[in-house]
Amino acid sequence: MPQSPFVMYDEEFKELTLIIEKLLREANSKCVYLVDKDGQLMSAVGETKDIDATSLASLTAGNIAATGGLAKVIGEKEFSILFHEGERDNIHISVVGQRVILVVIFDKRSSLGLVRLRVKKASEDLTKSIEKLLSRMQAGAAQENILKEITDDDIERLFH
Amino acid sequence: MSFINYSAKEINCKIVYYGPGLCGKTTNLQFIYKKTRPEAKGKMVTLATETERTLFFDFLPIALGDIKGFKVRFHLYTVPGQIFYDASRKLILKGVDGIIFVADSQVDRMDANMESFDNMKLNLDEQGYNLDNIPYVIQYNKRDLPNVVPVAELNKVLNVNGVPEFEAAAFDGTGVFETLKSVVKLVLIELKKGA
Repeated sequence: MPQSPFVMYDEEFKELTLIIEKLLREANSKCVYLVDKDGQLMSAVGETKDIDATSLASLTAGNIAATGGLAKVIGEKEFSILFHEGERDNIHISVVGQRVILVVIFDKRSSLGLVRLRVKKASEDLTKSIEKLLSRMQAGAAQENILKEITDDDIERLFH
Repeated sequence: MSFINYSAKEINCKIVYYGPGLCGKTTNLQFIYKKTRPEAKGKMVTLATETERTLFFDFLPIALGDIKGFKVRFHLYTVPGQIFYDASRKLILKGVDGIIFVADSQVDRMDANMESFDNMKLNLDEQGYNLDNIPYVIQYNKRDLPNVVPVAELNKVLNVNGVPEFEAAAFDGTGVFETLKSVVKLVLIELKKGA
């Protein structure tokens, strides 16, 4: 059976976005992304317009999955933080609440130390919001289930 | 695992192309990329070796249209087909909503097809999935080549569950969209059922 869908509601979306906006400012970073572990983009803030967010999301998730596999090979549970250093920009990737990936892109206006510090603080807030989102998902939040409303005709029409 | 975003009004699903090495998984994606309108597709990401063999995965996001005001998007992934990349294949199956098993119709690739199919079942099992419950279709690719196994024979060996099957020649695009449409429908029907 495929797992039940990961659902993002408006309220939690706003909450999560506020937290990463704060992180963006306090870490002096260029942009911040939240991605779910399967590679779907959840939210993005900052100078994002030149970056292909869909590719970034799927590659980040692939990256976390691959390093997770690597961790198991050497007997670790997971590597919760990854850091990639470039000539201009750097990427700091961390797993939050075991379910979501936080990506911070920064340049010389910031530093790895500052980003790590701010990410740690933001992760606590994000974890709380994500837990709230997950329990809401489990409860089903049936009042607004788009999937129930899909008709066979809707599916047919996609292809005409 | 599908991702429903009420805030962005999007439904996102993940399709994986599975099959033995050189059966044409990447070629399927390349054809879809070539034939999809620019506004309906994202960048195609290919993580391949220098000899153009898939190393980790190929990735192509496509938008199909709207349902009840929600944009329906599918993320298409291929797995690396070569036997020794099994660890990568397992990772790519995580969160899958639907599968296209691409078989190579040539006589001398039958063993590879069967091995890959068994490997898929095993890897799905490890992720907590069961092939009997997951939407999937089969594509018999390379029908344009000489020396292909008749479809009835292929069905006997590979299509034990009687799922939709398609004859294809991904190189020129024959059967590529038919296969994709079929699995997309199955995935959406499954999503609706689970709601």
